[in-house]
Amino acid sequence: MMYDFFYKITGSEIISGVILSLLPLFLFILPFALFAVYLERKVSAHMQDRLGPMRTGWHGWIQTIADILKLIQKEDIVAKDNDKLLFNLAPIIVFTGSYAAFAVIPFSSYFLGSNIDLGIFYIVAITGLSVAGILMAGWSSNNKYSLLGSMRSVAQIISYEIPTILVVLSIVMITSTMNLHTLSEMQTGYFWNWFIFGGPGTSLTKFLLIPFMMIGFLIIYISTLAEVNRTPFDIPEAESELVSGYHTEYSGMKFAMFFLSEYANMFAVSAIVVALFLGGYQSPIGYLGKLFGLPWLIPIEQFSWFTLKGVFFVFVQMWLRWTLPRLRVDQLMTTSWKYLIPIAFVNLIIIGLIALL
Amino acid sequence: MKKAEEIFQLLKDKFQESIVEFKTDQPTEPIIIISVSAIDKVCALLKSNPDLQFDSLINLSGVDDYNGQKVVNDSGNSKMQSGTISVYYHLESTKLKHKITLKVSTNRDNPEVPSVVEIWQGANWHEREAYDMFGIKFINHPDLRRILMPYDWEAGYPLRKDYENPEFYKGMKVPY
Amino acid sequence: MAVRTEEMVLNMGPQHPSTHGVLRLELTLEGEIVTNVIPHIGYLHRCFEKHCEAMTYPQIVPYTDRMDYLASIGNEFGYAVTMEKLLGIQVPERVDYIRVIMAELQRIASHLVALGTYGADIGAFTPLLYCFRDREKILHLFEITCGARLLYNYIWVGGLSHDIHPDFVRKTKEFIKEFRPTLKEVNELLSYNRIFIDRTANVGILPIETAINYGVSGPNLRGSGMKWDIRKEDPYSVYNKFNYDIPVGDGRNGTVGDSWDRYYVRVLEMEESCKIIEQALDQLPEGDVTSAIPKRIKPPVGHVYGRVENPRGELGYFIISDGSTSPYRVKVRAPSFVSMQVLNELCKGYMVADVVAILGSIDIVLGEIDR
Repeated sequence: MMYDFFYKITGSEIISGVILSLLPLFLFILPFALFAVYLERKVSAHMQDRLGPMRTGWHGWIQTIADILKLIQKEDIVAKDNDKLLFNLAPIIVFTGSYAAFAVIPFSSYFLGSNIDLGIFYIVAITGLSVAGILMAGWSSNNKYSLLGSMRSVAQIISYEIPTILVVLSIVMITSTMNLHTLSEMQTGYFWNWFIFGGPGTSLTKFLLIPFMMIGFLIIYISTLAEVNRTPFDIPEAESELVSGYHTEYSGMKFAMFFLSEYANMFAVSAIVVALFLGGYQSPIGYLGKLFGLPWLIPIEQFSWFTLKGVFFVFVQMWLRWTLPRLRVDQLMTTSWKYLIPIAFVNLIIIGLIALL
Repeated sequence: MKKAEEIFQLLKDKFQESIVEFKTDQPTEPIIIISVSAIDKVCALLKSNPDLQFDSLINLSGVDDYNGQKVVNDSGNSKMQSGTISVYYHLESTKLKHKITLKVSTNRDNPEVPSVVEIWQGANWHEREAYDMFGIKFINHPDLRRILMPYDWEAGYPLRKDYENPEFYKGMKVPY
Repeated sequence: MAVRTEEMVLNMGPQHPSTHGVLRLELTLEGEIVTNVIPHIGYLHRCFEKHCEAMTYPQIVPYTDRMDYLASIGNEFGYAVTMEKLLGIQVPERVDYIRVIMAELQRIASHLVALGTYGADIGAFTPLLYCFRDREKILHLFEITCGARLLYNYIWVGGLSHDIHPDFVRKTKEFIKEFRPTLKEVNELLSYNRIFIDRTANVGILPIETAINYGVSGPNLRGSGMKWDIRKEDPYSVYNKFNYDIPVGDGRNGTVGDSWDRYYVRVLEMEESCKIIEQALDQLPEGDVTSAIPKRIKPPVGHVYGRVENPRGELGYFIISDGSTSPYRVKVRAPSFVSMQVLNELCKGYMVADVVAILGSIDIVLGEIDR
């Protein structure tokens, strides 16, 4: 795949590895973050009867670039009583967590950073790293708002990881693989082969699975919303209570890193949902490349489909954010522990029983 | 619903000479003047009496009567000595729908008035404001601090008529 | 081994997104549970009362605007009503009608801000923009009337500064027609939203006795289920000529007197204000609006307490006259100042997020608290 391709060109393991690990950053995360910030502004503006940025470029399209320039120029303020080491380390760790997840996200059957067998497991594990970063940020800021925000954030991410994992487990149970590439390949064909519609095949099992897969999809989508701290679960940075939570004290590029990782995370969790339930990079209606006999077109189509699906779910996240109010911290825990986890457990058992059939 | 005269009569029967005067020469509402030591007892009765039931304190305001002796000090500023400071109480009964205005006057040099916070919780901040602006000390007030001015304002009580703005506050120039 | 815990003091404000101005709250927290709230006010103190003693009576009018800057017309109205009571002036009927129309438009505008910012406090940002869009239309109506959008100096003692614009009646009717669907939209988006109800119902319950004892008035008192409105209880101007209701909180989603009730009373009040405006526009008499303005105001010696129903509650002016052209003492009974006192009572035992919800539901304006 990609690694072999670069290895052939450069002939060095290290160089090809470095290129491969930098590719998603420059090819995808940075442009996506720029685009997502712009999208968020435009989506919110049009939902609120406004126009949003209009002055910088056509319909304000270079506004986010201007923002990045501003953030780069900004003074990097470190308060006197901050824990300097943790304070500087925290944004890096948070960003690493969300960046590393991109290594296994299957953008297309060819563009896949690392085709490891523990793909989903790896994502779940590596996104947990950002919890440590958030806690470090909150603690080292020496600010009560930051501390409260990070405490909430940690409690929230940990409790919402459980329903996520339970749903992931149900998928793993029927497919008996954790490899995201294999998972995506299984859902090939048309959209009725996606796992949200019970997976491939035409057996009775498939039709029995459909309602439970839909429930699983809803649960995983809700809990990923909470994991990336989006409304209605954005209490860690609840603007009206905690100013901006764990990154209150950050400015300049360190703030930008939190910001970047937030948007990268938004896409990463959407990508997981897409890969597990909505066919990954598979086209719902067949490929033009196959139709016209142009095999090189297929990866491009796959990439576009994957991005499109991911961006659609990012858009839904934004849509929810600008529509719904925010839950309170205890209500948030109630949602997870009293509703999502029991439902996910029952769902898991039923799917297991159906899979036994 | 009771008229102000009836309320005055009722209070007069109960408290005798503590109820000083009933003034009706005002252009609008009449006013009952009460001696300062009895105000808390009068108010307690006004609230608890089933015929009166004044359950709400609408407003409480301090007023500097500025009726003492003017003394010109060394720097040419005139200060007032002795005289009185008054507190006006506007009460209302939400059940019986009548209103009454009370007034107490106290010594200006060391103004002390019994607090009515026990009776109406809403008096708390009003009394703090009167303390802040006129220096009226409300006896038995739970939390008598300045409220609008800085807690460490040392230049006196701003709404008194002979108040002088200080030159500096904590090293900052005051008149700008 | 017992875990050592300690209370945390969280300083909310003076610079904080949801203290509605420069207010500082000293919260004592047990984890996320609030055990005590101490409000510190006075950051916006502009010596209104001291200023008044140095100004003539008509000069005070623009200063009253700056107290509750979201309801300037109401402040002027209160001052004018009080002064007219002291002077014994009977204003022409047209003046009264226009005043009522303006005051009710201002009430709608003020409640729109209250609603929108409350939504933003809870985390729903979008209704804020919808509310501001409609407030903008009201501000435009004020602008064509007197040229100002926020601080009007429109209602003078004895009359008005200008008559209304010839287009005013038509435009106001158009506004009312456009406004009713918006109200429905805001309700659907915010008021009946499950999350919003969960956040506000049963939070910050204000029992009716406590409310009266603290002197709380306006929508906060009505939210506790008390049918009390100065417009009905102590009618001033021409309010007794119109047909309208006083909405009260009924505890539909929780307990009577919770934050949702206080919020929803405001929503219902806007509809009642629309009714009043429509009736007033239909009955609007002809006449001169400046004829009763006295050339020189020199009231008799004495004192007067006048009050009006401002969007935030009972606004009272206590004015003592010594017979000269400027007042001897002016004391303002600001509704927010009184309502703020119950905050500690309401917040105890709730969470930090609820403090924001409760503070928003009381709907304070710091300009009025600090004067």
